[in-house]
Amino acid sequence: MRIGTLKETYIADAALFDSRTQKVWLAVGAALLVLFPFMASDYWLYLACLVSINVASATGLNILTGYTGLVSLGQAAFMGLGAYTVAVLETKVGTPFVLNLLAGGFVAMLGGIVVGIPSLRVKGLYLAIATIAASFIAHFIFANWKFTGGTGGLSVPPAKLFGMALDTSFRLYWLIVPVTLLMLLGAANLFRTRVGRAFIAIRDRDISAEVLGIPLLRYKLLSFGLSSFYAGVAGGLWAYFFRVVTPESFPLLMSIFFLAAIIVGGMGSILGGILGAVFMTMVPELLKLVVDLMPGGSELTVFLSPVRTVIFGLLIIGFLVFEPHGLAEVWRRVRRFFHLWPFRN
Amino acid sequence: METTPSGPAAATPLLQVQGVTLAFGGVKALTGVGFDVQPGSITAVIGPNGAGKTSLFNTISGFYRPSQGSIRFQGQDITRVPAPQRAKLGLGRSFQNIALFRGMTVLDNIKLGRHAHLKTNVLDALLYFGRARREEAELRRDIEERIIDFLEIDHIRHAPVSALPYGLQKRVEMARALAMQPQILMLDEPVAGMNREETEDMARFILDVREEWGVTVLMVEHDMGMVMDLSDHVVVLNFGQVIAQGTPAAVQANPEVIRAYLGAGDVGDLRAKLQGVSTA
Amino acid sequence: MTGNFDWAYLFEISLTGIAGGGLYALAALAFVMVYKATRVVNIAIGELLMVGAYLFFTFASMFALPLWLAIPAAVLGTGLLGAVIERTMIRPLLGEPPISVFMVTVGLASVLVGLVEMIWTADQRRLPDFMPTQPIMVGDAFLAPKVFWGAVIAVVFIAAVLVVFRFWRGGVALRATASDQAAAYSVGINVPRVFSLAWVASAMLAAISGIIVGSIGGISSSMGVFGLSVLVVVIVGGLDSVLGALVGGILIGLIEALAGAYLGGEYKLLATFIVLVAVLLVRPYGLFGTHEIERL
Repeated sequence: MRIGTLKETYIADAALFDSRTQKVWLAVGAALLVLFPFMASDYWLYLACLVSINVASATGLNILTGYTGLVSLGQAAFMGLGAYTVAVLETKVGTPFVLNLLAGGFVAMLGGIVVGIPSLRVKGLYLAIATIAASFIAHFIFANWKFTGGTGGLSVPPAKLFGMALDTSFRLYWLIVPVTLLMLLGAANLFRTRVGRAFIAIRDRDISAEVLGIPLLRYKLLSFGLSSFYAGVAGGLWAYFFRVVTPESFPLLMSIFFLAAIIVGGMGSILGGILGAVFMTMVPELLKLVVDLMPGGSELTVFLSPVRTVIFGLLIIGFLVFEPHGLAEVWRRVRRFFHLWPFRN
Repeated sequence: METTPSGPAAATPLLQVQGVTLAFGGVKALTGVGFDVQPGSITAVIGPNGAGKTSLFNTISGFYRPSQGSIRFQGQDITRVPAPQRAKLGLGRSFQNIALFRGMTVLDNIKLGRHAHLKTNVLDALLYFGRARREEAELRRDIEERIIDFLEIDHIRHAPVSALPYGLQKRVEMARALAMQPQILMLDEPVAGMNREETEDMARFILDVREEWGVTVLMVEHDMGMVMDLSDHVVVLNFGQVIAQGTPAAVQANPEVIRAYLGAGDVGDLRAKLQGVSTA
Repeated sequence: MTGNFDWAYLFEISLTGIAGGGLYALAALAFVMVYKATRVVNIAIGELLMVGAYLFFTFASMFALPLWLAIPAAVLGTGLLGAVIERTMIRPLLGEPPISVFMVTVGLASVLVGLVEMIWTADQRRLPDFMPTQPIMVGDAFLAPKVFWGAVIAVVFIAAVLVVFRFWRGGVALRATASDQAAAYSVGINVPRVFSLAWVASAMLAAISGIIVGSIGGISSSMGVFGLSVLVVVIVGGLDSVLGALVGGILIGLIEALAGAYLGGEYKLLATFIVLVAVLLVRPYGLFGTHEIERL
């Protein structure tokens, strides 16, 4: 237990960051986030944007799978819905990007609700497999519908802010990161209220939850809708970032990537979603770095892709076997150590 | 079915179970079950294992739909009303095998009980500042002052429920049921697995709940001491049917009841033996 | 509809579909075996199939071993892999929520695909032919010989497994362990051994499927996608039903063949998944699966 954390009002007790040290770190973190784009190279800016998009989507998946216990392998498909919505609106209608992102979120949310409708009858892994089916059906539609550009996809013009095109990583950083932070804040808030509690109750014991007053279908659909809204917005950001959307942009493998991210990071924890997304995005980059630095590395680059696949799989297995509560739990252990220091235990 | 009157005819019963039959495929879990629960009373449902007591509770809660019969609450027919709405109407419930949510702390579990009466919607929740924060603070104050104090669980409020010993978990279950702002509190074996001291604590809580909160209690219980000392009215189930109901004393002396619990045998002998034990 | 409906074509396609369905049934049996014994949904079943095919390729083509050595070697090798998998990544997760084990098998699939690509590269390869090449004619309908013989082999193994399950003590032990581990322990069943056995048997059956499938269509590192169709088969049939695996296999084989022939190749998987969704909505536990009753 932390010492020196007496609270005098109930509101204070429920605050997200409740100690002075936390608030100081928060300020430092904010300052770093603001300074970063001015100091970083293009490559690191690119990575930062990518990490941020992944954090947003992983947080959405965490709401559905980590907190509500509904395993979904459809996150990439919902991102695809958002991305295509943005692409279509930008190319065919030309509405401002804020509207497009929101529209992307809403279209994805509708998709999520539709997929969630069977979730009362179809449970657990059956539902997971149904989401795989939904992914395939979505992919099929993207690839075969003229409206979405068929297999060639759509290219996306840059988002425009007062006439200025957001076409560099530097500029996009200022769109992507604040949106991600807002989404994170929303998710953290959710679990301080009855909505979040209802989600967790559904995960832990859904039948008892119903008898205690939680309408199951409504809340399961809410969870699906919310998490796919997050995916849709993340997908929209993705579209503005990569500037091209094809049916192959959001494969099943990406859904697996996000599921792995929340497992590695720690399911059912906002911090876990962040850590997991950062970790999973950075690991391939780290690998590339290691291979580049190794002598004779150039011959090994052909192995890069399969090695990445193997490491990806090993990470999932390793964390599940050895650290099932993920990096967030590791973080908590480290924190506990420092809180109790200099007392050993 | 033998009925012994337990007092002058009361006003509209809080809960009326009438002719409830519950079947699973060919197996009848309940047949023609009927009884009334008077407001402000403590009613116990007893019977041998497998008699259908928990099935009865689950039917009243709304988890099962009876094939025949009706359930009326506060005069209103709730047989077709979905379970979450029954919670909102005032049917509070605790479960036989503790059904706490292991991913939450004690406080969150209790707060969850109030779910049906809260108003925060998803947009309020995402924003938090404003309506949601106020509602949460109000909820917290109410739970702290009325429930946590009352059940003496303030020292464990932030503990994850999975870390608690059995007795405390059962108390948290009760707390959550109280948070539901119940008109009727349905307790399924509230003292199962408890020692003497814990049982007495729980009995005290149940009596206090009736006194201070005006809550009607309906409980399934095996502990005959609890049943006899606390209840105003006892309903005896066996093989899914009500075989007797009435005051504790009347039920205890009922030969059908004795036969159900102790098997066939000379009832006169058994009765003498039982009365010999209870007057000793 | 103008003109005559081509019944002969329909018959031919159906025949191919049913024969292909036999293969699905065999792979589905491998899946059901693990699920029946350990309640694990092994999404890497397609990848185990792939490993069997690649091992056969290694022994038969690269080491040029004779068939009667290469095939058993490949099957046993995959069986060994199954035992290793069970011991290292399934058993430690006993008691964890099912999604954890499911995700482990997802990770496993990834690892196997990566390993295959590293060792054998991602190129498509052909397996040495070992089945008779005479075309099979049923009346006027043509059936590719490999498909026919593959189905025959599949049926033989399915029958063998059914007999073993029914009459061997081990089959009963398998079912006992699946429904209640603690009870199985207490009547003297060596539960860990049953688990290992189930995974070994499952891996070997998958390997046999893999060798047949590889012989028909070649092998590649993306062969595992076969597993998705197998997944649909077991969901449609019921995760723990052997009968379901058979019926489901034939049904899905038929539907895929018809969709492929009448709508186009890209509609195969789509048709399969639409069937999946339809079945899940109408009968969530599959045609023959046991309904899990939840108690309050």
